[in-house]
Amino acid sequence: MSSSSNSPSLQGFLRSDGRKGIRNCIVVAYLVECAHHVAREIVDAFKGQPVHLIGFGGCYPNAYADRMMNMLCTHPNVGGVLLLSLGCESFNRHRLEQNIEKTGRPVGTVVIQQTGGTRKSIEAGKALVEQALKQIEAVPRVPLRLNELVVGTVCGGSDATSGITANPAVGRAFDLLVEQGAATIFEETGEMIGLEEVMSSRAVTPELGEELKKSVEKAAYYYRVMGHASFAPGNAEGGLTTIEEKSIGAYCKSGDSEISGLIKPGDVPRKGGLYLLDVVPDGEPRFGFPNINDNAEIAELIACGSHVILFTTGRGSVVGSAISPVIKVCANPETYDRMSDDMDVNAGRILRLEASVDEVGKEIYGKVLEIASGVQTCSESLGHQEFVLTYKSFEPIGPHCLPT
Amino acid sequence: MQAEGTSRKLLRIHRDDNVLIVVTPIKPGDRDLIDGLEVVFAQDVAIGHKVAARSIKPGEKVYKCGVPIGSAKEAIPVGTHIHLHNLKSDYIATYTLEKDRVFVK
Repeated sequence: MSSSSNSPSLQGFLRSDGRKGIRNCIVVAYLVECAHHVAREIVDAFKGQPVHLIGFGGCYPNAYADRMMNMLCTHPNVGGVLLLSLGCESFNRHRLEQNIEKTGRPVGTVVIQQTGGTRKSIEAGKALVEQALKQIEAVPRVPLRLNELVVGTVCGGSDATSGITANPAVGRAFDLLVEQGAATIFEETGEMIGLEEVMSSRAVTPELGEELKKSVEKAAYYYRVMGHASFAPGNAEGGLTTIEEKSIGAYCKSGDSEISGLIKPGDVPRKGGLYLLDVVPDGEPRFGFPNINDNAEIAELIACGSHVILFTTGRGSVVGSAISPVIKVCANPETYDRMSDDMDVNAGRILRLEASVDEVGKEIYGKVLEIASGVQTCSESLGHQEFVLTYKSFEPIGPHCLPT
Repeated sequence: MQAEGTSRKLLRIHRDDNVLIVVTPIKPGDRDLIDGLEVVFAQDVAIGHKVAARSIKPGEKVYKCGVPIGSAKEAIPVGTHIHLHNLKSDYIATYTLEKDRVFVK
């Protein structure tokens, strides 16, 4: 077990943009649903090796999905990429391949229509992945400092315990990480409705505070049009009564640090601090729910450079993710007892009065260092590599969102 | 974290709260001390749910983690389970600010 000492000796995989990865994986990315099966067959041939499947299912172009794919394929945890194209989809595979190539990563594209169909494409893809796995063995490993680490947080399958155990404990861990210069990202503006004022008072500038408030108002409007307020039946069963009460739960994951900036999917924090990720699309609601499930949010946190994700759950989620490890912090002690194989941290001890919020916060901080050093999370060791990416639309962030 | 004068069934998260969090399942007839006052619970209350830390008037704000989470729909005696039947959101119910908002784009 790593302790929460101030000078952990971590090693990172050095990328050409100066960022450092805590993992060194090959990503196999399909560029339309029609190429999904071929991509999956390729990935399945490398079970137990760091080969991850991601992709975008849509055939019509979308600037957000394009940016997400570009940021994910050049994420510091990614060593090399294989793109899978059917051939007639509208995704700009040439530009994506060029952007990956520019970073010095091995990259190849298999176009199924040109390669001669399913069987030949699977064989060609497997050969390229094998070659890439050999190439990435040469990626230099260098010291990784905590102020180079980006940590995201998300909650899923919340119940009333999430807001009183796991989420405040993640808040404490975030405070410790920010003290060490790390960048931390929280999100779920749709789950902070009613707490706009409290949050905006923590911004480093009043202008940023206004932007934070606007992001929650935007979320409130968006969810109202969708006819939901991010309040699932399981939440009420677990004891949560109102949206404000649920909002406290999501909000307290941010800890007590000042808020340094507001970012959108694909924006990478350039320095340490606490950032709010605005995941709600801009403009008139168009493509349905902002994020259709927890993994859509995790993918966005990763596109913002998150090396590792802190996932709090009360009811008991089992998911992991492609590209970045997911640390599951279980809020409910009964859930933990039932599903301990899937849980990295038992924050439910707070509810049983066996540990304080501070103690569990330190444990989570230590767990981040341990996972960053290469130890697998529960979801990694169980083979979880969930990934989803859908249509969305965003305007770039405003001039007050990242005060210098 | 443990409030003074309470047993190990209930957790107080914030000093401003007028609710306590149930950490051991409560059954009808169970007794407990809330701020030195003995309370006999009338109903089952599951872990993670909340009970009134003191008597709450109709319309009074309910605080958890020091933040208002809604208003009481009726008088809530100390030790009573607080949930959908006696607490309403102040936000969604009164949320009319954006009613006529149109995105200019």
